[in-house]
Amino acid sequence: MTVAAKVSDTVSRRALLSGGLAGGFLLAFHLPVHASSPVVNEPVQPPDVTEGKFAPNAFIRIDDAGHTTLVMPQVEMGQGIYTAVAMILAEELDADFSSIVLEHAPANEKLYANPAFGIQATGGSTSVRAFWKPLRMAGATARAMLVQAASQQWQVEPKSCTAAKGEVIHIESGRKLSYGALAIAANGQTPPKDVTLKDPKDFVLIGKPLKRFDTPGKADGKVVYGIDAMLPGMKFATLAACPVFGGKVDTVDDSAARKIPGVQKVVVLDDLVAVVGDHMWAAKKGLDALVVTWNEGAGARISSKEIWEDIRAASEKDGVVAKSEGDIAKGLATGDRYEAAYELPFLAHATMEPLNATVHFKPDSCEIWTGTQIMARVQSEAAKAAGLPVEKVIVNNHLLGGGFGRKLEPDMVVAAVRIAKQVDGPVKVVWTREEDIQHDIYRPVYRDTIAATLSDGRIVGWKYRVSGSSIMARWFPAAFQKGIDIDAIDGAVDIPYDIPNLHVEYVRAEPPAVPTGFWRGVGPNNNVFAIECFMDELARKAGKDPVAFRRDMLGKNPRLKAALDLVAEKSNWGQPLPARVGRGVCVQPSFASFIATVVEAEVDEQGEVHLRRVTSAVDTGIAVNPDTIKAQLEGGLIFGLTAALYGEITIDKGRVQQSNFHNYRMLRIDQAPKIEVHIIKSGEAPGGIGETGVTASSPALRNAIYAATGVALRRLPIDRSLIAGKKA
Amino acid sequence: MATLTINGKQQTFNAPDDMPLLWVLRDVLGMTGTKFGCGIAQCGACTVHIDGKAVRSCVLPISAVRDRAVTTIEAVGETPAGAKVQKAWLDLEVIQCGYCQSGQIMSAAALLAATPNPDDSDIDAAMAGNICRCGTYVRVRAAIKQAATGRQS
Repeated sequence: MTVAAKVSDTVSRRALLSGGLAGGFLLAFHLPVHASSPVVNEPVQPPDVTEGKFAPNAFIRIDDAGHTTLVMPQVEMGQGIYTAVAMILAEELDADFSSIVLEHAPANEKLYANPAFGIQATGGSTSVRAFWKPLRMAGATARAMLVQAASQQWQVEPKSCTAAKGEVIHIESGRKLSYGALAIAANGQTPPKDVTLKDPKDFVLIGKPLKRFDTPGKADGKVVYGIDAMLPGMKFATLAACPVFGGKVDTVDDSAARKIPGVQKVVVLDDLVAVVGDHMWAAKKGLDALVVTWNEGAGARISSKEIWEDIRAASEKDGVVAKSEGDIAKGLATGDRYEAAYELPFLAHATMEPLNATVHFKPDSCEIWTGTQIMARVQSEAAKAAGLPVEKVIVNNHLLGGGFGRKLEPDMVVAAVRIAKQVDGPVKVVWTREEDIQHDIYRPVYRDTIAATLSDGRIVGWKYRVSGSSIMARWFPAAFQKGIDIDAIDGAVDIPYDIPNLHVEYVRAEPPAVPTGFWRGVGPNNNVFAIECFMDELARKAGKDPVAFRRDMLGKNPRLKAALDLVAEKSNWGQPLPARVGRGVCVQPSFASFIATVVEAEVDEQGEVHLRRVTSAVDTGIAVNPDTIKAQLEGGLIFGLTAALYGEITIDKGRVQQSNFHNYRMLRIDQAPKIEVHIIKSGEAPGGIGETGVTASSPALRNAIYAATGVALRRLPIDRSLIAGKKA
Repeated sequence: MATLTINGKQQTFNAPDDMPLLWVLRDVLGMTGTKFGCGIAQCGACTVHIDGKAVRSCVLPISAVRDRAVTTIEAVGETPAGAKVQKAWLDLEVIQCGYCQSGQIMSAAALLAATPNPDDSDIDAAMAGNICRCGTYVRVRAAIKQAATGRQS
């Protein structure tokens, strides 16, 4: 945070989170204050929250039987956030953790906005960071009201009472009252103006590797994802959008499709066709039997070659200055100068649960069953598509079978609503994997150029230009100001090294036709890759070991330096390796977590890469649930390695060329390395963790290949032909 | 009408012969524990057991199942190997988003039933057909070993 705070006119996600922006554009987060009269801010769902319940804020419901329900403001897509949120709330509430029930939050921006964005969204590794304080306050305030209620009943001072495991206890007499017994009385209490949060040394839940709430139902098939919604009389549909971005339907011959048993209806919209049937099989066979011609439009002239020519040309021009420290002209005139350009491809998300939404459209209402990272936005976009007022649209959220940023977009629900308007009764619309991959909203292509100078083994000047699509300009315009996308340059302005003359620019370069969106790891994915690849190249120019070279320039970053030292020790950095095997390192302060990672990999004669071992050391502040943090890093590292080894979406004549897992490959268990994650004990506020592994592993792998082969790859995915037969 | 024996129970329903077992389970019988992931036997999310062996139900027409026993995630816990696998999965917190995990558990249970003490190459061979986008592979491997030996590896 110090980096961002020092530099005027510099914005970053971390500044956004710390509220450090002058005249900040994020909405302040207000805990709804309890009142005995019905509160306007009360959620629409669950409708039964007020009567007979202690409902002091948006997150906590305690009924007179003692059932404690915690309402989850952030969505669970595998990252373990339901358990983390419950632990934080229950810690300060002193709830009985074993009897807690969790509930999805309804669409309600006022109550459940993410403080980092001011809208109801789960993303950017913000959940624990942004909700840490508000949830603790919510829990502590509720606890204080329960204590007040008990102390009134006993006619003692609140101070003479304590609470634990869902009971208020009068310390001297040992008298106890359960939270259920106090629920009604607590409801009448005035919330205290100031509450004291626990000293972290008194935490009984936070910091423990507690079992997750969401996993038992995922082990026996009982969990219901959006795609599992089943309604009486429901029909099933699948769709084909124009295979060329931006194209429209021209003609449809449905005579063969209508003859297929089980096909009920063919829906033709301006940009897509859908077949509705008694089950997905009938819908799919019907879709395959349609004869559709398309007006492909201007998008058909776009191919990857032109997209890359465009962005390469754009990246040669001056950009908007996002950060400038020292004197960059002087810095770049001192010592030996080196330059490099790094390129990252389009990527699809490929959540294991394909896009889907179930919709029951009626003339006066619309009910939706889905899994989304943006509840309120889905509700408002669905209302527009349905032609109904927003309050007539009910969104039932579910656990998500993967999100990775794909479900920060409402497009699947909008398409399903448009189809459902043509269908009598509820319809479940499921994308085939091919449609899911070919109509994604893609991680943008990026081209980053860096020029740097070295003198006495240290960096003197660093001029870094980031070029790529602005996702924020479309998705969250408040975070695109003065021509700067704060996500795209987040990792570039947050560079951890001591560099006296530093200059960062941003060039907005939108690819024609191809829609771009957030992808796990977001902006830092690109920045960390470019920075950490170039650091390895500079270390070699300086004749220094990659760990030592970095370490010497981490003087202002003791947390990162400690992580680097630990990972060097745990990964056996510097110990001899066989021929064609290398270790590569990456350090990053992204998402307010300080992580150092070493990948050990072998490159065979054919250029195939074999992952041997990955070691990460992380200081992520207070580790709310250390086992979840380990799991998120293990998974994030694999996610990044998958992209580095295989991930690329290419465009030919406006069409995505990849279609399913045979040509959009995923890392599998037989290729997965051993992974060790070491958590550094810390008393700092929690950092983000869902995306940090992703950003760490691809540069570390690339640097391992550099060490093993001597080849400095500058683009992903890894090109085997450049490293086949090469030896360091 | 077609008849299949699913989780020990005879189920009679109306579906064409070429319909993959996956869609019968999910859309006709409402057994949604078995997942759709790719439709071309590339990801393993739809894995079920036919006579105890792991198969991809998304490409298995019901005409090919005939009178063989179908077991799904909803009942695999009633088999000794399935119960051990589910327990190990929860003990080690393998699961993240969970969408692929029905398939992972079915593949692992079939592996353990056939090979009670699998080594790493047995695990690779049995599990490489199951993609996990959350990247839980390290824990999948550890949980299979724990399920096999009863010890944490």
